[in-house]
Amino acid sequence: MMASNYNAKEEDGHQPAAIGHGGAETVKNKKPDNTAFKQQRLPAWQPILTAGTVLPAFFVIGLIFIPIGIGLFVTSNNIKELEIDYTGVDMSSPCYNCSQSYSWNSTKPCTCSVPFSLDQPFESNVFMYYGLSNFYQNHRRYVKSRDDSQLNGDKASLKSPSKECEPYRTSDGKPIAPCGAIANSLFNDTLELYYIDPNGSRTAIPLVKKGIAWWTDKHVKFRNPSGNDNNLTVVFQGTSKPVNWRKSVYELDPSDPDNNGFINEDFIVWMRTAALPTFRKLYRIIHKKPNMTPTLPLGQYILEVTYNYPVRSFEGRKRMILSTISWMGGKNPFLGIAYITVGSVCFFLGIVLLIIHHKYGNRNHSADIPS
Amino acid sequence: MLRRRLNRLFGRDERRVDSRTIYVGHRPCPTTDAFIPPKFCDNRIVSSKYTVWNFLPKNLFEQFRRIANFYFLIIFLVQVIVDTPTSPVTSGLPLFFVITVTAIKQGYEDWLRHKADNEVNKYLVTVLEDGRRARKESEKIKVGDVVEVVEDETFPCDLILLQSSREDDTCFVTTASLDGESNHKTHYTVPDTEKGLESLSATVECEQPQPDLYKFVGRMHIYKNDQEPAVRSLGPENLLLKGATLKNTQKIYGVAVYSGMETKMALNYQGKSQKRSVVEKSINAFLLVYLCILVSKALVCTTLKYVWQSQPGQEEPWYNQKTQKEKDANLYLNMFTDFLSFMVLFNFIIPVSMYVTVEMQKFLGSFFISWDKDFFDPEIQEGALVNTSDLNEELGQVEYVFTDKTGTLTQNSMEFIECCIDGFQYKNRDSSTELGGFCVTDGPVSMLQQKAGREEEELFLRALCLCHTVQVKESTGQEDGVGDQVDGVLGLDGEMVHPAELRGFIASSPDEVALVKGAMKYGFTFLGMESKNMRVMNRDKDVETYELLHVLNFDPVRRRMSVIVRSKCGDIMLFCKGADSSIFPRVRQEEVDRICMHVERNATEGYRTLCVAYKLLSSEEYAQADAGLREARLALDDREEKLMAVYNQVETGMSLIGATAVEDRLQEEAAETMEALQRAGMKVWVLTGDKMETAKSTCYACRLFQRGTELLELTVRTLEDGGRRREERLHEVLLDYHKRAVQDTPPVKTGITRSWTSAKQDYGFIIDGATLSLVFNSSPDSSHYKSLLLQICQNCTTVLCCRMAPLQKAQIVNMVKNSKGSPITLSIGDGANDVSMILEAHIGIGIKGKEGRQAVRNSDYAIPKLKHLKKLLLGHGHLYYVRIAHLVQYFFYKNLCFILPQFLYQFFCGSSQQPLYDAAYLTMYNICFTSMPILAYSLLEQHICMEVLMSNATLYRDVAKNAMLRWGPFLYWTLLGVYQGLLFFFGVRFLFSNPALQDNGQVFGNWSYGTIVFTVLVFTVTLKLAMDTRHWTWINHFVIWGSLAFYMFFSFFWGGIIWPFLRQQRLYFVFANMLSAVSVWLVIILLILLSLLPEILLLVLRKPRWPHSRQKKLVIQSGEGETRSSARPLLMRTFSDESNTML
Repeated sequence: MMASNYNAKEEDGHQPAAIGHGGAETVKNKKPDNTAFKQQRLPAWQPILTAGTVLPAFFVIGLIFIPIGIGLFVTSNNIKELEIDYTGVDMSSPCYNCSQSYSWNSTKPCTCSVPFSLDQPFESNVFMYYGLSNFYQNHRRYVKSRDDSQLNGDKASLKSPSKECEPYRTSDGKPIAPCGAIANSLFNDTLELYYIDPNGSRTAIPLVKKGIAWWTDKHVKFRNPSGNDNNLTVVFQGTSKPVNWRKSVYELDPSDPDNNGFINEDFIVWMRTAALPTFRKLYRIIHKKPNMTPTLPLGQYILEVTYNYPVRSFEGRKRMILSTISWMGGKNPFLGIAYITVGSVCFFLGIVLLIIHHKYGNRNHSADIPS
Repeated sequence: MLRRRLNRLFGRDERRVDSRTIYVGHRPCPTTDAFIPPKFCDNRIVSSKYTVWNFLPKNLFEQFRRIANFYFLIIFLVQVIVDTPTSPVTSGLPLFFVITVTAIKQGYEDWLRHKADNEVNKYLVTVLEDGRRARKESEKIKVGDVVEVVEDETFPCDLILLQSSREDDTCFVTTASLDGESNHKTHYTVPDTEKGLESLSATVECEQPQPDLYKFVGRMHIYKNDQEPAVRSLGPENLLLKGATLKNTQKIYGVAVYSGMETKMALNYQGKSQKRSVVEKSINAFLLVYLCILVSKALVCTTLKYVWQSQPGQEEPWYNQKTQKEKDANLYLNMFTDFLSFMVLFNFIIPVSMYVTVEMQKFLGSFFISWDKDFFDPEIQEGALVNTSDLNEELGQVEYVFTDKTGTLTQNSMEFIECCIDGFQYKNRDSSTELGGFCVTDGPVSMLQQKAGREEEELFLRALCLCHTVQVKESTGQEDGVGDQVDGVLGLDGEMVHPAELRGFIASSPDEVALVKGAMKYGFTFLGMESKNMRVMNRDKDVETYELLHVLNFDPVRRRMSVIVRSKCGDIMLFCKGADSSIFPRVRQEEVDRICMHVERNATEGYRTLCVAYKLLSSEEYAQADAGLREARLALDDREEKLMAVYNQVETGMSLIGATAVEDRLQEEAAETMEALQRAGMKVWVLTGDKMETAKSTCYACRLFQRGTELLELTVRTLEDGGRRREERLHEVLLDYHKRAVQDTPPVKTGITRSWTSAKQDYGFIIDGATLSLVFNSSPDSSHYKSLLLQICQNCTTVLCCRMAPLQKAQIVNMVKNSKGSPITLSIGDGANDVSMILEAHIGIGIKGKEGRQAVRNSDYAIPKLKHLKKLLLGHGHLYYVRIAHLVQYFFYKNLCFILPQFLYQFFCGSSQQPLYDAAYLTMYNICFTSMPILAYSLLEQHICMEVLMSNATLYRDVAKNAMLRWGPFLYWTLLGVYQGLLFFFGVRFLFSNPALQDNGQVFGNWSYGTIVFTVLVFTVTLKLAMDTRHWTWINHFVIWGSLAFYMFFSFFWGGIIWPFLRQQRLYFVFANMLSAVSVWLVIILLILLSLLPEILLLVLRKPRWPHSRQKKLVIQSGEGETRSSARPLLMRTFSDESNTML
């Protein structure tokens, strides 16, 4: 009877009334459910990684990575990049004077011209970056010294900025807009580019200052305080300019109200703190010309710098970078080399393993026979 | 709490007095002049830990006593107080979560306890107050109240039975809820109290509360008008325990003697000591390492920071001025806060979530054991029971198995096989013919006369019928028959002579039932008790009655029991049965010679033998014995010792009438299980209270001893061989064995490498209790002997310890447990005598056998049958170990490669504690992104499927000695973590040497940097787990791919909205922008592949060996299985193997 009970339960999974042993206390069903989960018998895929399955993967990886790497390498090599350090550390450099005679409150801007030449023409759009070295934009005290709600146009934050902005929170009793160390140290050199015609005349190269910041930053994250849209001066009334700025935030680009105040793109770019102490930021774009002529033909150029930004005090460097851009971004041979290396290593390993496996498998096989 | 402490204080106060005096019914007694109602605690049971008021503080206090929680609390407080890089939320939230979940769980459990307490405390009971019956809540019962209990009610407190509704002044109780023994026990009223409870004036003097359920001594003074107070002794048979249930009795009255928290049940309600698993110890060791890493990282960073700052222009460049407050702060204070900040920044390396995950894994994982239907035993309708989930993984680490014999290796369902009367052997089975000599095996009963005289036969059978404590269960004739009482109830088979008289016998030990049934087969039927008269039906169907005068109870020290009865014709007889060793010295030698050979042979055949003796008592002798017994029973102090002395005095000069042999069959698959355990590298030690011969044959039957096993015997017998002092001989023998077993064998690592291809000589070691105590207690050389013994034992494949007292079992376990390398021990047993070793061993396993439930209650795991041990250890244990070991290693690994980039970033941000990852990522990494896959893995992984694990026991050795959590694997995982962390950071670092990564020339900032590293990290860590997963159920798929998808979704979501509650919108569209750059995709793929490459490589290099070796093992093993056929006849084995014994 017991056995039949047991079988019945096996089949339908619930316990029929126990007939053979009818104590009142045995009614409770203690038999575990026979479900796949509870019995740890869930259907399972049991991959066994053997040399047979992994070895082809090595070859496949190698075969895929090497072409990609070559592609990347070639692409990176085709990108043209020109870097000019205009810090003025050397006596010989044109900006030496500016870098020496620096003071925050000088009213007369110091300018210097750095001549350079292009050996190759720059095709397509050319991007102009400024680069800083030994500038710790990623220092914690610096990174947190901003008030995003102020930058987002919040009126309350405009008038009383976040405590994180200390010591760049107020000046002369008035709240600073935009507050904080990042905003305060906005890069304020002006860079201009001139092409020297073979006949000696200077042609200014048109530099576009829009399209350098992330779209979402420009349109969502950064917003001028609402109110009198046309007159930012009124909006920012009662606030003070950052201590190291020469002009107020509403004077950043008076010519274009869409690029003024908090939504000035130079400002937005600066506010995205760099990851490493040596960094570059997008400054201007030189759009390609509609005709077939290169954007920057080879020849002589002059970089006109309005030297405002002091970096010597912390052993910093300033650079101007001209670069074309490909689908993988700026010039960076790292990816290409890495892909080629990894691909080759995989391929090589595949071969080595194949040999080892072949030999080892044979030996193993022969060893098995006597046993 | 306060209340309990008060009680305890109070109790301690009381304990100064050795006994308490209780006034029955609170009536003052004539002799005492001043009646001061003594104060005892009330009858409230408080098992709950908290009240509504103290729950929060007390629970929090208890939770923060755990070192890990405390650590996280400190981190949290540092974050709150000091200006730290991450907000307090990042560590506060997980901590809060953990604390809350634990508090809810504990609160719920306590609420359940409160409910149960209330149920007990508010239960209405009837109390006699001045002759009137009054209903009261149970908690209001005071000591001294006379309480009425009706049938099937449980006793509300410990009562002295005063009056019973049964005619014979007894009542039946079942103590199923106390010790699990569901048989009915008889309790007796105190004489002379039956009448006139209302006017009864008496005091009870009894010992202070103590937890032993089976001990009670007391005295009752009954005052009757003008008479000298009568004194009655009280024993456990008069005490009704709280928690027991009244059965077969309409109602009883009793006086409360212990109440509330002083009842024996409450005193027994004490939590067991917490057992900690090896894995936990490993975790703590690893934790220490990581703590060191953490502190050194923080130190390095702090140093670097100040070195860097000392360079000109770096500490405070014009663009990054300090606040006034920072400028004013003390330099050394600054250093200290910086150090703390770094600690906080890197504290994620020790994740709070690991504890949660480990706890969850253990808790949920233990369900798989109780759910396993292979553990379900249809006979008792129960499966496995998990009493603690902390030791799951320990099941995969067992090195020593200590097993009880009776009821564990054997079934403890006894069958009367044969008897020997006056030197003649009688056998009930018509089986063997090879038994030579003068012994004749006859089948039927009718042939008995041919051998011994009829007189002796009948005397022997009468002795069997009378000398026991078996009760006859009155059959109600319905289906309430045989099956529902597990303990010791064995009904007659239907085919017997009187099918109508279906009758069950109830006894505390199955031997007794077997003997009574055996006697019945030969024609003497025990009919039951009728008010102190035992009725026996003899062969001629006449009913004989004997007055039962005394029962000299069985106890394991004396190893015998006796009854004194008076026959109809007035003869007073003492019948005694017991182990041969305890009977032989008390009978005449010539009788012993005749029988002992049979006894020994029976013992070698694996039967349990008992000798039966009797003695006629003259009336003077009886009077003396009677007086002695009564006096001893009345004694308040040392009653046991006094009783023992009287027993020993009475049980002398008896004459031996015969011996019985009862077969205790082996458990199902006992041999296969033992063999599998041995093959798995475990050493099996049999610890039994049984005789050496019996135990030895059981060992042969279980294949613990093989034919080639050389037996080293160290017993009283070997010691007495030389005729010298035992101690000298012991020394000699020990040295000899040590030389043989330890020195002469090549120094192979024991345990793991015992080759079962039998190239090496196997040794079996036998020791008995007396010798063991000699070894342990011989004062000067004890430790020397002990280490010698231990070394011998450790070099033997099987050790048999027989004649063990329960305490000695624990001693042995303790000795092994504390030996070098502290091996993991497991004890398995089914009876109360195994409890001590179950508690002593690392893992205690109870078998839901026939000897009550004490073993099960005290065990960590309980299984219905011995055969389930195999799956529990080889299957579940192995898997759990692998799972949790992997879990632990993986947790440390994934947090190392999580935090390492953050550490490296400090070198690039001026050691300014700038976090690499956003706070949301820091918080969610361990909680959401990477926690579920590893939890699923640690619950479901079967790297080798259960069947293979079971059929190939040697696989168990792969994980022996904590193989996956030793420093080697830990180092491997750590290096892997370091490698990957370096790769993540520097891979992205090189990518960011030109941060213009988008095809529109725009640049990425520091948060993009962190997000790329984090994405690579999450994917790598998850895929690493995916690579380790060998058992992909849909849950694994769901959880692994699900958490990756969740990470993507979360990142988009988190960066997709300007969150109003955040001060900084650091991640706004960072993730989306990041994914719009092709280079980022390429670098992510490259880094993931590169970090997994060494792992894949190892896999390939390691793999070729595996399938082959496993196949080979399988082949050999299957061959092995064939040669050792499962059922070899017991007799053949024992006799052929006997020759190997060395003496």
